[in-house]
Amino acid sequence: MQIQSTVAVLPNDNIDTDQIIPARFLKTISKEGLGDQLFFDWRYNADGSPKADFVLNTPAAKASKVLLAGDNFGCGSSREHAPWALTQYGLQAVLSTSFADIFKQNSLKNRLLPIVMPKDAHAALFVALEKDPALQVTIDLPAQTLSWPGGPTVEFPIDAFAKDCLLEGVDEIGYVLKQDAAIAAFEAQRSISLNTLA
Amino acid sequence: MPSNKPRTIIEKVWDNHIVAQREGAPAVLFIDLHLVHEVTSPQAFSGLRERGVKVRRPDLTFATVDHSTPTTPRNLPIVDQVAATQVAQLEKNATEFGIPYFGFQNLNQGIVHVIGPEQGLTQPGMTVVCGDSHTATHGAFGALAFGIGTSEVEMVLATQCLLQRPSKTFEVKVEGTLKPGVSAKDIILALCAKIGIGGGTGCVFEFTGSAIRSLSMEERMTVCNMSIEAGARAGLIAPDEKTYEYIKGRKFAPKGEEWDKAVAFWKTLPTDEGATYDHTVTIDADALEPMITFGTNPGMGMAISGAVPDPASQSDPLERESLRKALQYMNLQAGQPIAGQKIDVVFIGSCTNSRMTDLRAAASVLKGRKVSPSVRVMVVPGSQEIKRQAEAEGLDQVFRDAGAEWREAGCSMCIAMNGDQLSPGQYSVSTSNRNFEGRQGKGGRTFLASPLTAAASAVTGVVTDVRSL
Repeated sequence: MQIQSTVAVLPNDNIDTDQIIPARFLKTISKEGLGDQLFFDWRYNADGSPKADFVLNTPAAKASKVLLAGDNFGCGSSREHAPWALTQYGLQAVLSTSFADIFKQNSLKNRLLPIVMPKDAHAALFVALEKDPALQVTIDLPAQTLSWPGGPTVEFPIDAFAKDCLLEGVDEIGYVLKQDAAIAAFEAQRSISLNTLA
Repeated sequence: MPSNKPRTIIEKVWDNHIVAQREGAPAVLFIDLHLVHEVTSPQAFSGLRERGVKVRRPDLTFATVDHSTPTTPRNLPIVDQVAATQVAQLEKNATEFGIPYFGFQNLNQGIVHVIGPEQGLTQPGMTVVCGDSHTATHGAFGALAFGIGTSEVEMVLATQCLLQRPSKTFEVKVEGTLKPGVSAKDIILALCAKIGIGGGTGCVFEFTGSAIRSLSMEERMTVCNMSIEAGARAGLIAPDEKTYEYIKGRKFAPKGEEWDKAVAFWKTLPTDEGATYDHTVTIDADALEPMITFGTNPGMGMAISGAVPDPASQSDPLERESLRKALQYMNLQAGQPIAGQKIDVVFIGSCTNSRMTDLRAAASVLKGRKVSPSVRVMVVPGSQEIKRQAEAEGLDQVFRDAGAEWREAGCSMCIAMNGDQLSPGQYSVSTSNRNFEGRQGKGGRTFLASPLTAAASAVTGVVTDVRSL
């Protein structure tokens, strides 16, 4: 899995999932149609017209597969609608210095890479993109590296199991379903019954 | 997994639930209680149908509606057709998959994190999950309880397990005695302000110390509820006599011989002498004041006697810019005292503060007083059961006499996807858990605070320190 792309820049720290997709769009019972609602309240005017100066409305961002954001991206609610909206917009990776735990899990299950960068490299990428907004970054998942022309090659951490699942297309639910015997054995040996709903 | 090494309660509950642990892979963790609501589950049930898989343990699964349901009288239909479809879909899914379900008209319906404990479903030592980040609430009982996404909801429905790696342990020690006017909400808002909204990322909190021991179970739920607002996926409190007393006799609590066995097991859970944590922070309860947020995340909080901070005083450029943007959104001036800021709405409710303790606290302030004519005040009980109990105590009359609205149970204005919301530009003092931009309605501005502070502000129409009334 290699991604080569220009980068859309949203420099805010602590971008929460209520900004990524506001709660009023969570009344849907499907996963579809969420890309247009991504960052809705930052992206559109009250009359529904797009705000020309918001980054995700620019033609350059629309062609980008990578978003560069501030620290602690994806904090707040557990809504998986956030990575659904990001991927449906066309993004395949988010770069930050840290991610909220639930968002990180949800992203990995939707083939959206949450890439944690060291602070200095993160700052350097902002500077490089200011100089050259058309700069392309390369993300190499097998090698766990992120690089750009004139910049460092940054190694990023990723859960080894999640990486294998992404690279080999492992279905995590299928993986656990196959452990049925172990689950049944665990259920049978519980000394204290906590199942009170039966 | 027995071990002689002293362990925290977090590690004990974790160890008790490991089904399988393959080299290099996350643990397969067994889930004792899976709570399901209408917003984050429909796509998970669709996934089960596509796979042709049943719910493995409907007996450990429980569903209710709370997020997109209106808090208007229950004899009125759900007018929002999209919400009505979502509510109907959960009922259909619960019926098809054989899951116990408290529907919109059920006399015990309520916010999922209120009714779990209320029904005795939540018990010490359990693993509890729900497609909702405030699942940490159940940690008040010594359960390892955390929010999950919809893919994980599907996994738990299909397997009753999750793939998880252990979190780091983080002790939040709160020692001392809270002063009058200071409550459980102020403890957790103080923690958010102290370590920041990402301060607990990758961790599970254990709240310890004399101030935590002194709290009632309802107050402990308030504290654990907002663990996620300080970045931790879960936060818990070791069970004690108060915990057992609360659970005993509830509908789904163990009975008879099972009860004695359960209590004996629960007593093994508290953190061992000599166990260590990856991180520790201490909060001095004696020094706490009523807290309030001023910005656009729960970490942007301060004592109510304070002044709005100046972005120029921040050394980190991104943090300076965050604060500047927050103050611009909130339309507040650096240096202005937060007390005295005019407000439009007061919301008392949510999974953080909608229980009897909260309603009694708000009523103690509103009794014999009138709310300011310029303020809309909504009081939303966390469950139908709480609504009945409050009415039996006459609290509804106190609220109505003061000029507040007394509504039906649900998430209401905490999440603004059910008809209850702020208008653009409005200010609220809210007992809920999030002050993100637009959280309570597009363009709305939220000050998070305790029920006491909310009620005091309702009376004056401005942000008010309850101790000044």
